Amino acid sequence: MIRREGIINTLIFLSLPAVAGAALLLDEPFTITLATRAAILALAAVGLNLALGLGGLVSLGHAAFFGIGGYAMGILASHAQSYVPLIDTWIVIEGTKSMPVIWLVAVIASAFAALAIGALSLRTSGVYFIMITLAFGQMFYYFAISWPAYGGEDGLSIYVRNDFPGLNTLVPIQFFGLVFTILALVLWAMGRLAASPFGLALNAARQNAERVETVGLTPFRLRLVAFVISGAITGLAGALFADLNRFVSPSMFSWQMSGEFIVFIVLGGIGRLFGPVAGACLFVVLEHMLSGVSEFWLIYVGAILLLVVLFARGGLIGTLAGRAVAHD
Amino acid sequence: MTDPLLHIEGLSKSFGALKATDDVTLSLKPGEIHALIGPNGAGKSTLIKQVAGALVPDAGTVWLNGRDVTKLPTAARARAGLGRTFQISSLAMEYTVLQNAVLGALGARGSVWRFLGNVMRDKALRGTAERALARVGLMEQALVRTSELSHGQRRLLEVAVALTLEPDVFLMDEPMAGLGADGSRRMTGFLDDLRSRAPILLVEHDMDAVFALADRISVLVYGKIIATGTADEIRANPEVRSAYLGEEIVI
Ligand SMILES: Nc1ncnc2c1ncn2[C@@H]1O[C@H](COP(=O)(O)OP(=O)(O)O)[C@@H](O)[C@H]1O
Ligand SMILES: [Mg+2]
Repeated sequence: MIRREGIINTLIFLSLPAVAGAALLLDEPFTITLATRAAILALAAVGLNLALGLGGLVSLGHAAFFGIGGYAMGILASHAQSYVPLIDTWIVIEGTKSMPVIWLVAVIASAFAALAIGALSLRTSGVYFIMITLAFGQMFYYFAISWPAYGGEDGLSIYVRNDFPGLNTLVPIQFFGLVFTILALVLWAMGRLAASPFGLALNAARQNAERVETVGLTPFRLRLVAFVISGAITGLAGALFADLNRFVSPSMFSWQMSGEFIVFIVLGGIGRLFGPVAGACLFVVLEHMLSGVSEFWLIYVGAILLLVVLFARGGLIGTLAGRAVAHD
Repeated sequence: MTDPLLHIEGLSKSFGALKATDDVTLSLKPGEIHALIGPNGAGKSTLIKQVAGALVPDAGTVWLNGRDVTKLPTAARARAGLGRTFQISSLAMEYTVLQNAVLGALGARGSVWRFLGNVMRDKALRGTAERALARVGLMEQALVRTSELSHGQRRLLEVAVALTLEPDVFLMDEPMAGLGADGSRRMTGFLDDLRSRAPILLVEHDMDAVFALADRISVLVYGKIIATGTADEIRANPEVRSAYLGEEIVI
């Protein structure tokens, strides 16, 4: 069974470069962009899956980190393109078009936000936790709308995609390759993390917090660290998403965005390493196919989600691979 | 060294008008099994919870190893040397038996901030876990999901996880419950050996086990300790006979 899940994971994972590669041969750059979009959304949900799947923390505020990552890119790149320093007092900080620098800033900023939000909201649980994370997400949303310096409601356009050493990031397949590599590295790290001492304890705290305390570990600390890593990954995805669109707007902070991440995870399979990847790919495919058919295409997604929740609790991967097998 | 490892002084806890723990003082000395008996609802589990840190007492102090731990949360008390088993098994049900035991070993080691290495391939942790499982006779079930264990096996796993902690003091709430006659006898033999490693504050309904094991017995009725003494003293105590042991239990 564990073999079967491995094969399915590999197939789902390789479908992304397969689609992108085929699109390259057929000269369909839009399809490459679609695959890139799926990979970035998958990355955001992989981040959330650490908190939600492994930690049992149903955060409805992960758009906060996605948006922070997006605005980290937007703010740095907009200063670079206007040649106005970001900070111009006794020290001068310029904007930048360098992706690695932007990613670093996005990861650090969203990690700090996750630390603050987590430290406050992890004192609650259940529906209160969902509501508090939602409230924090909305705070960022309204702040972004009412902050005129960076476009307010209209958002910010970046004219040229940011730079990565040795690549021409404006070539769709090159940007896809970069995104896919990051997704692969993060998935590898998440797989290791799930099997690590930290992962064992975090997952145990989701199952039974009392048990974890009784062996001398503190669930709150485990969850907070998980929340910070989780937020940082989703923040990184936000920076990539902004670069894909060359545009950031407050909608990246919206609660619908947070909801979509949860939908990806549920569609793909909660707590499964590749669940968010499967879910995000499925979502992007459905979005692409159905949004042409009807402007109310989300109704169909809703119906599919309902079927998954009612009849296929393990999501796509769970249905294909059977029940998760406890590791040796 | 006869200083008690665990000392409880003047502990009180009320639920509304109900005094579940009423000015309880008791101690646990190195090498002993101190049994806590009393009718259902006497407040035994409530007392255990306050010692373990799951419930905050209204008044009184808990000393562990000479240190006042009354204000410490559960995890800190575990790190300070307390190994607890629950009346109703409390385990990570999706995990295998071995994973639960490794979790205990991990807690005892305290180095949980490792994010990459595979915890199940950590030889030291695994060794500790497997030794504990072997001691309670659960090695054959090591790779079974905990949710698939029988009730009695879960009790044994709780004890095994407590063993991985190598605590200074064991707190056990009805470890024989649901084990059956055979299981009870084996557990009795096992606890008999265990006391040399660390003393046990033992809540137990199985009177055969209690009288076979206990160096001292305290009788709790309506939250109050009405008598403490050796098995013979408790058997002979008229107050205990009328308040608790009654006719239905033949001593
Ligand atoms: N959280 C609680 N709230 C209110 N009453 C409680 C609570 N926990 C226990 N009690 C009551 O306290 C008394 C002692 O319970 P308990 O300690 O479980 O008894 P024992 O373990 O000796 O059977 C019982 O009357 C029980 O109903
Ligand atoms: Mg009880």
